[in-house]
Amino acid sequence: MDWPYWGDVMSDSGPPPRLSPRDFSVQPAALSPAYRSSRLRAPERKLVALPGQLGDLTGPAFGHDLPGAADHDLIHNFAAAGASALGPRIIVHGTLRDESGRPVPDALIEVWQANAGGRYRHKNDAYLAPLDPNFGGCGRVITGADGSYSFLTVVPGPYPWPNGGNDWRPAHIHFSVFGTAFAQRLITQMYFEGDPHIALCPIVNAIPDKGAIDRLTARLDMGRTVPMDMRAYRFDIVLRGPDATMFENGTGG
Amino acid sequence: MSDRLIESASQTAGPYVHIGCLPSWAGIDGIYPEDLGATIAGPGARGERITLKGRIFDGAGEPLRDSMVELWQADAAGLYQSPGEYRGAADPDFRGWGRAATDADTGLYRFDTILPGAVRSGGVTHAPHVALWIVARGINLGLHTRAYFAGLPENAADPVLTLPELAGRVDTLLAVRDGGTWTFDIHLQGGRETVFFDV
Ligand SMILES: [Fe+3]
Repeated sequence: MDWPYWGDVMSDSGPPPRLSPRDFSVQPAALSPAYRSSRLRAPERKLVALPGQLGDLTGPAFGHDLPGAADHDLIHNFAAAGASALGPRIIVHGTLRDESGRPVPDALIEVWQANAGGRYRHKNDAYLAPLDPNFGGCGRVITGADGSYSFLTVVPGPYPWPNGGNDWRPAHIHFSVFGTAFAQRLITQMYFEGDPHIALCPIVNAIPDKGAIDRLTARLDMGRTVPMDMRAYRFDIVLRGPDATMFENGTGG
Repeated sequence: MSDRLIESASQTAGPYVHIGCLPSWAGIDGIYPEDLGATIAGPGARGERITLKGRIFDGAGEPLRDSMVELWQADAAGLYQSPGEYRGAADPDFRGWGRAATDADTGLYRFDTILPGAVRSGGVTHAPHVALWIVARGINLGLHTRAYFAGLPENAADPVLTLPELAGRVDTLLAVRDGGTWTFDIHLQGGRETVFFDV
């Protein structure tokens, strides 16, 4: 089978390379008491280290024929013919790489979000803001050969949630990302530059590292803006990558 | 390496993960033809058909009713349907990956699949097992665990089940058989807390 990704660190007859150990200092703690839902759902015992197992270094692949023609266009993919979703129109784009800096091609990225008023199309969301009949709230893309992706949507609204009594989520888009290894599997959220709710959010603040929060914050990208049509935000994503020591062999370390 | 990047931080999948990952289940039809991960084993897949089901309990003993579980496993011959599989070609009608929501009323997740084969890799034989990955509101970083199959002879020599640090906790990794159905309940906290892995 063709194996373009990581191709220079593996052969056809050998196992995929191990991943670098996960750096938990840039990941949210399982228990983050200010985020109340974590109190009863965070495991109390230490994770058991199980590195380098084939079942975790393999994973499902998704082809470029998976997404339909409108899957990347949340402005239109649920809208009636000739209609479009309400709200500020944006392009969200970026590159999916691994920790070694290699682009991750052919990877499935799924996104979901509230509408421009902050309301999700979900039976459990009873927020006062109305549903937009022309907005479903999900989309998906497959990364290109250079790891790039882009999709079209509207800026989601901030919304209140039952946590501490008066908590508001910053505007955000949820991302589900596949690499080539099941151990790379990632779900995260993208925030918007300049949103004052980011610093106030208990879910965001489960992440102990300021830089890690900053890297989840998309930047306005005027270079990709379409004049008189839509603004652009850039959001780059990094998955775990092969162990650095595998690259130091033969290069003098 | 100075140009090494840093893994993006995880964030909770939240209570509405279904919108993005199982939209038809969430009642959002007409965007995708079907939800991904519904078919793990096609009609022609080799092996013994099984159902794997269970619930995920929080620290108060309540089943999660808003979570999502993904499954990844080898085929009946122990081969993965993946570009990273180097030992041979997996069963062409076997996908090996599944995705399910826990039921909004009962909290049950359910996968219809086949009993995986033992995985022989790196000179070691791993007892038949499926990897599970759990995301939900309140879970900040997706949880990796494994379901092994109680009573299979390969379990006795499995390199994971025999890890000294799992002493007294191995039961939490064993699915229990009732006919063609295997039950694997997961406990996030407490005395029966399931073993979760840093893979
Ligand atoms: Fe959300």
